Amino acid sequence: MDGSKGFEDALTGEQKIRNFNINFGPQHPAAHGVLRLVLELDGEIVERCDPHIGLLHRGTEKLMESRTYLQNLPYFDRLDYVAPMNQEHAWCLAIERLTGVEVPRRASLIRVLYSEIGRVLNHLLNVTTQAMDVGALTPPLWGFEEREKLMIFYERACGARLHSAYFRPGGVHQDLPPQLVDDIEAWANEFPSKLDDIDGLLTENRIFKQRNVDIGVVTEEDIQEWGFSGVMVRGSGLAWDLRRSQPYECYDEFDFKVAIGKNGDCYDRYLVRMAEMRESTKIIKQCVAKLRAEPGEVLARGKITPPKRSDMKTSMEALIHHFKLYTEGFHVPAGEVYAAVEAPKGEFGVYLVADGSNRPYRAKLRAPGFLHLQAMDYVAGGHQLADVAAIIGTMDIVFGEVDR
Amino acid sequence: MSDALKELGAHIEMKRPDCVLGYEVAFGELTITVAPASIVGFVDFLKSDASCKFSSLVDITAVDHPERAKRFDVVYHFLSMYQNQRIRLRLQVREEDLVPSIISVHPSANWFEREIFDMFGILFSGHPDLRRLLTDYGFRGHPLRKDFPTTGYTEVRYDEALKRVVYEPVSLVQEYRQFDFMSPWEGAHYILPGDEKQEEGAK
Repeated sequence: MDGSKGFEDALTGEQKIRNFNINFGPQHPAAHGVLRLVLELDGEIVERCDPHIGLLHRGTEKLMESRTYLQNLPYFDRLDYVAPMNQEHAWCLAIERLTGVEVPRRASLIRVLYSEIGRVLNHLLNVTTQAMDVGALTPPLWGFEEREKLMIFYERACGARLHSAYFRPGGVHQDLPPQLVDDIEAWANEFPSKLDDIDGLLTENRIFKQRNVDIGVVTEEDIQEWGFSGVMVRGSGLAWDLRRSQPYECYDEFDFKVAIGKNGDCYDRYLVRMAEMRESTKIIKQCVAKLRAEPGEVLARGKITPPKRSDMKTSMEALIHHFKLYTEGFHVPAGEVYAAVEAPKGEFGVYLVADGSNRPYRAKLRAPGFLHLQAMDYVAGGHQLADVAAIIGTMDIVFGEVDR
Repeated sequence: MSDALKELGAHIEMKRPDCVLGYEVAFGELTITVAPASIVGFVDFLKSDASCKFSSLVDITAVDHPERAKRFDVVYHFLSMYQNQRIRLRLQVREEDLVPSIISVHPSANWFEREIFDMFGILFSGHPDLRRLLTDYGFRGHPLRKDFPTTGYTEVRYDEALKRVVYEPVSLVQEYRQFDFMSPWEGAHYILPGDEKQEEGAK
């Protein structure tokens, strides 16, 4: 198929073939960030692929060691900036498990709602820009229109479109206004038709299929060897989803299906992502219905959350509590915990070592993209140079979380 | 949940008593302390044993405890998608110790070990390509060690005269401040200015 192995020139019977080394990136539009790939090419076939990462390394883990637990929360928005709240979720879960705080039910529902909005945000970006990498221009334009609406939901909940800092240990920062819940439902009702539009553009598109079918095939064995998670697993037919297999928050009470692929190639992963967006829309609708029936608190009352504003006007203790919480921060009992969530890109985990002070002793962020990119050499080997862009796209790599 | 984990811990300890130094279940997670020399065989056992099947490497990281003789904890997380369970392994190593690389069992350990080498300076024996991963080309030091300052030692800027990027020692306009929130009533260990006279007066 590649034509270069054992090639002999018909006329002279000999020809020296030299491998080329090329630099892919660090500033390449299809690299989805600052990735430098050193590719060794035999003709157009990738022989070896050495990703150089760390160009976006910001030392998040080091910085986290000198800040309080609450100050560390916004760093999580900056990891995978495509679906920020899903990362915050892992941090909150880790702290809540160490402190033993019970999250109020309404807050739990809001978290699920916004995690699923994050999933749709992520998959919309990924599916459409991956299509752009293989030559389609319209899908990103249509996808970003929907993303824009979701960003506005982010903004209406927490005031920021990207770096939301909305999930807090013990709940969420503020309650959602009823109008916002109605608008989210209206959006969820008409979103499947938008998905159908993108579906119509891509799913049976001849060029899209030529570029994606049988490219970057991942088998069940590879998944275990390389530690894949998320869509990279489900695209190969393994029904592994942390929301289902190790339910956190209140995912166990939602009715949704785990979408799986069959062949484990780029095309199946695209199909899985499209199906997951539809499932997420279902969860969002269920969430909206449950939220309407569940008024109440959105923050657990206790030492790790601020007191009510009205209490601060009358109670000295509440005022002191508020001041201490936002200067010194709360103390987390000593211990270590690994909390993982099913982020849109795969398993995002936080390994938190607490020493009983107001700062984490060590926090390790486990990003799914890190392992996926690591397997680049294995997955892209033997493919054409042009397929590298398609594979990077389908692995769903964002450098915020890979480099940390 | 934790009973099942205790059972699993006991099972592993019974099968491999030479590797396991101890196990504990805390916050619904099983942690096994392992002798560093036997880590490769032990990980292989965890991968192949029918009741463990920890076939997926989730994470490897390290924790620095500068006050201890065995300064670093190397921490491994594994996941079994088949048994739906997780496990954490912990090794305690000295600064100069070599940790055997588990690449032969889990190829995905490659970057994790490179990252630990980069961040903590722990060396892995048998690693095929132990280069720095995340820091700059030509970077010195190991940033996640507790004795490495958060500000680092060098800073980088583009020099208009030399027409190239230059590295210079860090100069801070304001000292990097670490606030100490211990209240004096709870026994902070520093001496307040002028407070030493009071001590003398009491004698």
